[in-house]
Amino acid sequence: MSQSTKTVNQRAWFMVIPVIICVAFSAVLPLMTVVNYSVQDIISPERRVFVGTEWFVSVMRDSELHAALFRQFIFSFSVLLIEIPIGILLALSLPAKGWRASACLVIIALSLLIPWNVVGTIWQIFGRSDIGLLGALLKSAGVNYNYTGNSLDAWLTVLVMDVWHWTPLVGLLGYAGLQSIPDVYYQAARIDGASKFAIFRYIQLPKMRGVLMIAVLLRFMDSFMIYTEPFVLTGGGPGNATTFLSQYLTQKAVGQFDLGPAAAFSLIYFLIILLFCFVLYNWMQIVGKSSVKEQNHE
Amino acid sequence: MSKIDLHLAHAYVKNPKNESDYALLPLEMSFADGGAYALLGPSGCGKTTMLNIISGLISPSEGQILFDQKDVTHATPQARNIAQVFQFPVIYDTMSVAENLGFPLRNRGVPTAQIKQRVGEIAEILELNAILNQSASGQTADVKQKISLGRGLVRPDVSAILFDEPLTVIDPHLKWQLRKKLKQIHRELKLTLIYVTHDQVEALTFADQVIVMTRGKIVQTGTATELFERPEHTFVGYFIGSPGMNFLPIEKTPGGIQVAGTEVIWTTDQTFPNQALKLGIRPEYITLGAQGTPGAAPMQVTQVQNLGTHTILSAKLGEHVLKAKLPSHQEHFALGSIVWLSVLNPHTCFYAAEELI
Repeated sequence: MSQSTKTVNQRAWFMVIPVIICVAFSAVLPLMTVVNYSVQDIISPERRVFVGTEWFVSVMRDSELHAALFRQFIFSFSVLLIEIPIGILLALSLPAKGWRASACLVIIALSLLIPWNVVGTIWQIFGRSDIGLLGALLKSAGVNYNYTGNSLDAWLTVLVMDVWHWTPLVGLLGYAGLQSIPDVYYQAARIDGASKFAIFRYIQLPKMRGVLMIAVLLRFMDSFMIYTEPFVLTGGGPGNATTFLSQYLTQKAVGQFDLGPAAAFSLIYFLIILLFCFVLYNWMQIVGKSSVKEQNHE
Repeated sequence: MSKIDLHLAHAYVKNPKNESDYALLPLEMSFADGGAYALLGPSGCGKTTMLNIISGLISPSEGQILFDQKDVTHATPQARNIAQVFQFPVIYDTMSVAENLGFPLRNRGVPTAQIKQRVGEIAEILELNAILNQSASGQTADVKQKISLGRGLVRPDVSAILFDEPLTVIDPHLKWQLRKKLKQIHRELKLTLIYVTHDQVEALTFADQVIVMTRGKIVQTGTATELFERPEHTFVGYFIGSPGMNFLPIEKTPGGIQVAGTEVIWTTDQTFPNQALKLGIRPEYITLGAQGTPGAAPMQVTQVQNLGTHTILSAKLGEHVLKAKLPSHQEHFALGSIVWLSVLNPHTCFYAAEELI
């Protein structure tokens, strides 16, 4: 049958309507209200002025925002660099089956079940040098650790907290990837005399690629939007050392009630995340599939 | 290369109690150096278990396995220097075809130049040279399986190469070619090849010695002719041949033999044990006879299938149906008519408790 004999049925559009309505209410309409704020100066509920791109321009030139953005990138990439390798190691060291596997899964998943603000509170107390286990230990070891006063200590504490909180997610995803590898691959590798490292490099890692890609995206997006934990732990301080993008945005929108700049900034924030996910995703696709494509195009 | 001896049994469950707990019942088996063997049997009969025990992927729960009289029961596949090809293709996704083929050599520290030369030879045999530099992951299933085969063949010094139904995913035309390739490789390299299959044609054409297995037991080992002419177990008769051997219950009487309740004139010096007996006759060896011919019994025709080269005649004797393969130019058979077919002739085998007498 050729293409031309297919009938076109416009009624199919009706099927799509529920989805369009859902997406409109869940994404498009809220986003549009933000767009609405971003192009107006709302002086009082009755008085508003259309300002065009003014807020965008001023936000883009805001040096505090540049600093927050820079801190944010450093933080997110540190998170990825630490959590992905540790997560892979975690996945590899989990038992493959039996009650031990279930027990380990439950134990490592515990930190994922704790609400963000509780995590912040836990670490706030944990790190205190008078009553906190970590703080007191470091103090007795002679380390001058103070996350409320020292910016490096504060930054490292937030990083370690995030690693503690979210590495299990990477571990679980990696574990799921490992479980999907048929036994025969390991058997073949044993026959071929592959070393443990070769098995990891040529079987496990390639087969985990898909889930690891999801892990990278999830961890990037989540860490890029981190808010609650540093808010509870350090409040963005000391100084601006742990003020990441969302915190900065909240200060603007809620603290100073600068709705226009905050809205403009929200949109830029959203676009940055979108752009980075797009780039990361495509890059990982290309890295994984380049060789296959070459051959398919021949 | 080495001679392989098995004296073992294997159960996947702990503390096996009865026969059904065993994947492999206690067995003695010997594979001569340089032989081409086929393990033939239906699914779940223990062929793959046996293969994995030989390769060292699993350890037998009882007994031992010897390579050249050396106990390797608990040695790793690497220590045994075995190559194995699995039912479904296993390829390393991130490597090119050439890297895939050279992987077993690279893991053993063979110099690069030597790997390259050997990969070239194997690629030549399997007709993979045109795609050596392509990625292995984008290939079709049969090419992938050829790569897996190549990885099995690439090491020149292996003790044996084991094939676990390697041609399942390959289409029939290519199957013939690859099987021919394997035979050729066997002739040239004089390697011990053990080939697991449930396809009798594959087993009979590939192997010098066919080992027929059922329910964890070896029922017969022999050449294609032996399996065809003198099946030692009714299972072999039924499993080998198309259609399989006909089996009819018999009873010895003073003047002859009663076959499925019908008296047949037949004199033989064969002695029969005093238990339930069966005769087995290949459809190929059943001939038409005149009324009252010694060895022949009257039967009612129930089905006639003309296949051009021959006719398959189904006929009923008592409540037993048997099939005869007759030259197709013979007379026309009407359904329901009575024909005399010889079931007792020099090719007839006799069985007591499913074993050949």
